[in-house]
Formats: sequence, structure tokens, C-alpha cells
Amino acid sequence: MSNDILVLAENPGGELADTTFELLGKAKELASSLGGQVIAALFGTPELAQNLGAADVVITMEHPSLAHYNPEAYEKALTKVVQERQPRLVLLATTTLGLDLAAALSVTWDAPLVSYVVGLDIEGSTIVATAQIYGGKLMAETAIEADKGICTVIAGSFSADLGKSTGSPNIEQMDPPSELDNEKISCVNLSRPEAGGIDITTADMLVSVGRGIQSEDNLEIVQELADAMGVPLSSSRPIIDQGWLPKPHQVGKSGLKVKPKVYLMFGISGAPEHLEGMRDAELIIACNTDESAPIFDVAHYGTTVDLFDLVPALVDKVQG
Amino acid sequence: MHIIVPMKQIPDLVEELEVDSEGTDIDREYLKFVSNEYDEQALEEALLIKESTGAEITVVGLDEEDIDQTLYTAIAKGADKAVKLTGTGDGWVDTHTRADILASWLSGQSFDLILTGVQAVDDLDGQLATLLGARLGIPHAAVVVEVQPKDDKVTVRQEFSAGMAIEQEISLPAIVGIQAARQAPRYAPITRIRQAMQSGGLEEVAANTESAGSGLSIRRLYLPEKAGHAEMIDGSPEDVADKILELIRSKGLLK
Ligand SMILES: Cc1cc2nc3c(=O)[nH]c(=O)nc-3n(C[C@H](O)[C@H](O)[C@H](O)COP(=O)(O)OP(=O)(O)OC[C@H]3O[C@@H](n4cnc5c(N)ncnc54)[C@H](O)[C@@H]3O)c2cc1C
Repeated sequence: MSNDILVLAENPGGELADTTFELLGKAKELASSLGGQVIAALFGTPELAQNLGAADVVITMEHPSLAHYNPEAYEKALTKVVQERQPRLVLLATTTLGLDLAAALSVTWDAPLVSYVVGLDIEGSTIVATAQIYGGKLMAETAIEADKGICTVIAGSFSADLGKSTGSPNIEQMDPPSELDNEKISCVNLSRPEAGGIDITTADMLVSVGRGIQSEDNLEIVQELADAMGVPLSSSRPIIDQGWLPKPHQVGKSGLKVKPKVYLMFGISGAPEHLEGMRDAELIIACNTDESAPIFDVAHYGTTVDLFDLVPALVDKVQG
Repeated sequence: MHIIVPMKQIPDLVEELEVDSEGTDIDREYLKFVSNEYDEQALEEALLIKESTGAEITVVGLDEEDIDQTLYTAIAKGADKAVKLTGTGDGWVDTHTRADILASWLSGQSFDLILTGVQAVDDLDGQLATLLGARLGIPHAAVVVEVQPKDDKVTVRQEFSAGMAIEQEISLPAIVGIQAARQAPRYAPITRIRQAMQSGGLEEVAANTESAGSGLSIRRLYLPEKAGHAEMIDGSPEDVADKILELIRSKGLLK
């Protein structure tokens, strides 16, 4: 076992994800206090290795099955890298790749896994991971006492700056595992959102609505407010999943990242997946009847007034 | 086609969560437990597949607070069979243990597809679909929003950030972690749920709880330290509205 920290470089759309740099930055810090190296594993797109300057070593692997993201092929590839290098800790992000691979690696490599990690520290020789659970309502401090472990980290937990530092890592090409043929999964299509239509990412201000709105009919009142203010209406994921608003309105991890001057939100609890998409807004104002809702830890201003009272009052005043 | 849908109970997050006296679990005594919303999405996707192919659906859950309600509701919605695995204790069952319990039961079942929720709010040691897939040695994919069966395969649509999606074709048997069904989960009329409960028929099976567990030790569970907290605006809706508009205008908007 080594003291190395291994980061999976994420590249599902052909470019490196922001989270990869966040993980590399943290990995650098951990590796230097443990006296190990930072290893980045990069599958299918060796040309991206030059952007991973924060790593000491970049392990690349190429194979037709790794040309596009395939959970099965990635799992086999990552297992091989980890088994050969035996790092102290493997870091992935809580993304689709993280959700596909981390728990599987915990089985194939027989190592403990902590999900939803927002903090990582070293105490003596123990790695202490702090995770955010119950939708951000509680924190769990867990000790990885084994000599190896895996963490999936929530986006935005660590700064990407350190991970973007330049350097000249050793690039090592690893042969793909021999099992990497005849996958039971094959990638048949990759699609990106269509351009055109509403664009919530360029608006100066958004009115955003969550499940607190309760029904599709009630959506009318927040739409009225957005119209009166002349700004787009955005929402949390459940509103999209209900089919109440189309997908381009969704803010968050599996939706869009927005950074308006003002983000005015009603009935959104502040789950980590939502925060990922809006926490950089300049001014966040949240309305939520639950005074312990996690959103109030992130919002600049908050109120526990019922949205069904507040929204009409706002509409009245804006329409003046 | 036989689809198995593992379902679990989680604390209702509308309620205040308190940490127990040991400081390593939540105090479960007075909490209300509800079905994991992503499992409900998985059930809905299974029901849609049943409608188009005539698949058979079995729902399965550990004997957790109010799981009967969840399983009978699933039957009322159209699941064919419900199984409760008993003897799994009252506390937090980590996902590694849950996966082992389910894997042991599944070893005696024949199935083509397992659909379950992509995650649960308390799966600190990893997500069930992936863990169970790896344990069973069958292909798995997470964050899926559509499952379309075709012969001995399914095509699933996996979501990534910024609206990107990948369609993966997977040979069965397979397990899929559902983020959202193609349509919002249906409601079961209360009368039909009652009917299902009255006719009983929940199959109870003693669980094999042998498991090495997650290998994690939770040292401490605590309320997040409020690094920052919103400045709260109190008063009547009108007062609060005035203050909010003032804030927005201070940003040069809504002139
Ligand atoms: C892989 C993955 C990706 C995800 N991606 C996203 C994403 O991109 N975006 C996203 O948003 N979510 C995403 N989620 C879902 C996320 O975990 C949460 O479930 C979701 O953000 C919750 O939405 P919500 O806050 O609207 O609903 P809830 O959490 O149900 O919150 C509703 C809130 O409304 C409040 N409320 C109720 N009534 C009123 C009232 N009358 N007045 C005022 N307040 C009221 C309640 O107190 C509560 O806090 C993702 C989940 C997964 C697993």
C-alpha cells in the first residue's frame, strides 16, 4: 500500500470536468501531508493529460470501449489502475461517473467508501472524511481506518485553483485490462441539450421555484411574479420530473449552473445537488417555511413567511 | 420479463432530525419514515415497462418502519408481488449490508432487471444499485431517466451535468439506478391501498444478515455548523416583500 492519492479524471463529454480540478487540488494537499504522490487516471482521451499538471503521474488508458463513457468498461479500467498502483485513497466526484463507479470499486478493490464527502483531513495516519447526509441536514464524520479507501466528493467542496496548477507530470500509458472486450454495456448515443429556447444561464435575475409550490396549478403565481419582474422562471429538479416545467429551466447538478446577480427562490430546500447549480449567485434570497432548511446556510437573506402569502404580496408591489 | 424493485424507508426530511445519545445515528424513535422518493421513481419506470411488455414486478424491502405501507402501495399501483425481508433490526442498515442481504435473497430468484432508486439520503457508504450490481456481477448504470426494453437488452438514458445524456445498451440481467421515471410517479387511490392491505399477501422471508458491513466507522453525526447563515427577514408578507424588493433594487435591477 502506498500513500498516493488517485483521482479519476472525468471527461464524459470530451473535456475535463471542473470537479476533476477540485479533486486534484485536495489530492495535492493530502498527498503532501502523507508523503505520497498524486496520480490521475485518464481513460480514452490521452490528449487531455497535458491539462492535468497538478498530478505527479497521469495514467492513460486507451481502448475502443473507453472511447465514450461506458460504466462497465470504466469500472474494469479503474479497477486495474487501482489494483496495480494500490493508492491510499481514490477520489471521485459525486457525479454520474462517481455514482456508477465508486461503490463498484468498493467491491472489486474491497475498500470502504464514503459518499457525499465535503471535507477531508488527515489525523495521524487515519483519513477522516466528513460527509453531508439527509439532504444536507446532518454531517457525518467518518474515519477510514483501513489502509485504503474511496471517497465521492460533492462538487464545490474544494477549490479548483490548486488543481489547475501547471506542472509536467509523468505520463504513463497502461495497457487496458484483458477483460475489456465483449462488454455487456455499449454506448449507443451521446446527446447534448438543443440550443435555442429559454436560457436561464445568461439572466441577471431568476425567480426559482421548488416542491414547496405543491401543484402544477400553483405554478401560475410564481410565473406571474417572474413575468411581472421580467425575468425567467427556473426550478429545482422535482418540478421538472413532474413535467411542470421543461428541462432547460432546471438549476443544479443535473441541470444548469447559473450565476445571476439575484436568485430569488421559493420552496426549495437547498439539497447539495441544487446548491451545485446556484451557490455562486451574487445575491441569494430564499423563502422557505422550514427555518432549519439547509438553504438558509447558503442564502444571503431568508424568510420563513409562507410563499403563498409572500408571492402575491411581491406581485402586487412590483405591478404597483 | 421479471423486474425486481428494491425499496427502502428513509426519515421524512420535513421533520427535525435529532442525533441519538451515542452521537452516531439519528434518533429514530419519534421519526416518521417514508418511501425513498427515487425508489418510487424506479417503481414507476417498472410499471411503465409492465404496461408496454406485460412484465411482472416484484417489490422487495427490509422490515423497516412503515415498509408495509410502501409495499402495499406498490401493489395497489400494479406490482404483482411484494416481499419483506425480516430480522434486519431497527437501526441504520448501511448500503453494503443492505446489498448483501438483498444479494442473498436474489440468489434464489430469477429476474431479468432490477430497478431501484439512484440514491437515498442516508446511503453514506455508497448507492445500492451500483453496489448490488457489483456484488451480483451484473452490469449496472446509475442516474437513469428512461429504460426501454428490447429483446434481451434494455436501452437506458443516463444523465450527466449540463444536460448531456448518453444512451447505453445493456444486456440483461442488469441493474439500473433510477433518477426519474419517464413520467411522474402515479398515485394509488387510498381505497386500493386499503384493499391491498386487507387482502394481505406480503410474503415474509427471514433475511440472511451475514455481511462484512461497510468498513466505515462513524465517529460523530452532527448538525452542520452554520458557517454562514442567511440574515432572516421577519414581519408581515408585505414588510418582507418590501425588504426583498429593496435588496433586488440595490443590485441595480427592477428599476
Ligand atoms: C444524481 C442526482 C442529480 C440531481 N440533480 C438535481 C438538480 O440538478 N437540481 C435539483 O434541484 N435537484 C437535483 N437533484 C435532487 C435533489 O437531491 C433534491 O431532491 C431536490 O433538489 C429537492 O428539490 P426541492 O428543494 O424543490 O424539494 P424539497 O427538498 O422537497 O423541498 C421543498 C421545500 O419547500 C419548503 N416549503 C414547503 N411549503 C412551503 C411554503 N408554503 N412556503 C415556502 N416554503 C415551503 C419546504 O420546507 C422544503 O424545504 C438531484 C438528485 C440526484 C440524485
